[in-house]
Amino acid sequence: MAYKKRLDGRKFDELRPMEAKVGVIKNAAGSAYFKIGKTTAYAAVYGPKDLYPRFLKNPKKGILRCNYNMMPFSGSGDRVRPGPSRRSREISLVTTNALLPVVDLDGVPNSVVDVFIELPQTDAGSRCAGICAASMALADAGIIMKDLVGAISVGIVDGQVLIDLDYPEEAYAEGDVADVPIAYIPSTDEFSLLQMDGKISQKDLIKGLELAKKGANQIIEIQRKALRQKFEVQK
Amino acid sequence: MENAKLLIKDKDIVVPGDVVAQGMGYLPSLGTYRSGDNVYASRLGLARIDGKVIKIIPLSGNYIPKKGDVIIGRVKDINFSGWSIQTNSAYQAMLSMKDATNDFIRRGADLTKYFDIGDNVVTKIYNVTSQNLIDLTMKGPGLRKIVSGRIINVEPTKVPRIIGKQGSMVSMLKQATKCNIIVGQNGVVWVKGLKPEDEILIVKTIRMIEEQSHVSGLTDLIKKHLESNGRKVGE
Amino acid sequence: MNNEKQDHVLFYLKNGLRYDGRKKEEYREIEVETGISKSAEGSARVKFGDTQVLAGVKFEIGKPYPDKQEEGTMMIMAELLPLSSSKFESGPPGIQAIELARVVDRGIRESGAIDYKKLCIKPGELVWTIIVDILPINDAGNLFDTAALAAMLAIKNAKFPKLNGDKIDYKTHTKEKIPLIEEPVSITVLKIGEHFIVDPVPDEEEVLDARLTVALTNDSVICAMQKGGEHPLSMDDIKTMIEIATKKSKELRKHLG
Repeated sequence: MAYKKRLDGRKFDELRPMEAKVGVIKNAAGSAYFKIGKTTAYAAVYGPKDLYPRFLKNPKKGILRCNYNMMPFSGSGDRVRPGPSRRSREISLVTTNALLPVVDLDGVPNSVVDVFIELPQTDAGSRCAGICAASMALADAGIIMKDLVGAISVGIVDGQVLIDLDYPEEAYAEGDVADVPIAYIPSTDEFSLLQMDGKISQKDLIKGLELAKKGANQIIEIQRKALRQKFEVQK
Repeated sequence: MENAKLLIKDKDIVVPGDVVAQGMGYLPSLGTYRSGDNVYASRLGLARIDGKVIKIIPLSGNYIPKKGDVIIGRVKDINFSGWSIQTNSAYQAMLSMKDATNDFIRRGADLTKYFDIGDNVVTKIYNVTSQNLIDLTMKGPGLRKIVSGRIINVEPTKVPRIIGKQGSMVSMLKQATKCNIIVGQNGVVWVKGLKPEDEILIVKTIRMIEEQSHVSGLTDLIKKHLESNGRKVGE
Repeated sequence: MNNEKQDHVLFYLKNGLRYDGRKKEEYREIEVETGISKSAEGSARVKFGDTQVLAGVKFEIGKPYPDKQEEGTMMIMAELLPLSSSKFESGPPGIQAIELARVVDRGIRESGAIDYKKLCIKPGELVWTIIVDILPINDAGNLFDTAALAAMLAIKNAKFPKLNGDKIDYKTHTKEKIPLIEEPVSITVLKIGEHFIVDPVPDEEEVLDARLTVALTNDSVICAMQKGGEHPLSMDDIKTMIEIATKKSKELRKHLG
């Protein structure tokens, strides 16, 4: 275990500083802004609304459609070419699946709820930040939800299990790195997003997931607070 | 023997996933659900506790069409049998020829002479089908095409507050500004005054009601606001 | 088609008022902030009332154009995000996004704002390219002026990344800024009936007869123009709109810092 101290001085179970705000995009039915470390994400919800083309309509319930996109100037290196990439399309898919278990669209058949996620600045953990913003935005839009969703990454850097990897840790060259982004639903104690890059033992994975639960619960508290704060009346 | 523990107070703001009560003693109503021993909130809103029944008044969310609702819709399309109306909801709405007017409309007549695309109409829902299709009628007192004035969109969940108990709030607004106001249940509001300043004041006041809809003493606040703008609020 | 709506807007304008109570030549509250994206080499956020636009600058290096061997280049792109309005759909930039980007581009390019010669690294071989991306977060009207201000502020905020031979080290910023000769400001004036307004909201944009976007340099020299809308403009209209644009540009210029 060579990674004894984190590059930014955090404890192994410490998340980067976070900020959350709800109702930031007036045109949307619901919206939110979520920042973790240097990664920032906006999410806007439009709908439930009528869905075109017709063949996509589901007569039993509404569909959820998430779209993840990095702004061209949000990457830490080269400019990101605008438009959907294979990576962003995959992230859109897993984001939708991360949120689907908690939303109840039975009452709006044949309709669609569109969630747009845009990131102006990224420093690892972008898909998780997007999911956190989307979770708040959906609640803000009045969508019926069993629970909020907390998403965070855990992983291993040179043998050390830790939470919320930043970009320098993801790119750590002096040892093996495993990156495990997850999304967690507290009320049912279930994971709705689970991906992994790198090598990890089963034991460390379970250790990481327990750590992730704690982190996700912390994030959910921040989401709750942001949603309530919207209704604090400014004098 | 029930252990029933209430974890929130009446008029607390709750978010999806909040545990509002524990035990079997409390009954989940609108906006809540039971899972195991706990009752959870399933949407963002104001908790109301009525004896043993907990319900959530939503503070945001789409309009859910109900039979008998008077709404303001916009003509989206015209086909051979009637008009397709946009209602600010996820539902499709139709106004058939036979429901459009008390006059007899001949088959093949030019329907645009009655209502054209882009026209706004005050209309009533007389049927909502199981497939969430709405049937509208223009036959009835007060139902008509809107001419002049301006239209704003408000959160459908705030409509009851804008109308007030037995219309008290909207009456106060009308009387103080000498404006004509129609509040559609679907959150579309039409305002027409003699002077632009009157309409501007109404719009500002309605936005205030929207923002502070969950605050007690709202009626007095609005009364003071109107008076501070030089309007007399009568008995 | 929208005659009734236009009539009502005109009813307000005849009384010197806008739908939100402003006067005809009054801007909404303007807020600017720079450095909002640390991943970008330069960035800005501009709000005109509820309209909010982000702009970011990225540097790239490459070969110069054959006819401009000692000059760097600039590109301005815009994407009308569906995040910002239900009017916009996902997909490649449509004509509205393209017009927006090209109008902002002309305003900055034609003013001679950037000294492209100073962007040259090795004549004939290697030059800097500045790419500005404009993205609205919320469209509540007047994207033209909001975007132009955001783009200019992002350019002013930008610092060159470190260059190691022919590779860019994006992680290290130098203290060097983009050399600017001019700082253009863009004002869009709308004609509705016989009235002229600035900083429109969507209700007003829906009923416009014509619009004229005017870019002006520090000395109030016109450097770019774009007429939009289906109605033609008379000579008097044009004179009036340019006068209004020139007058308002002095106000807007304060936000460039």
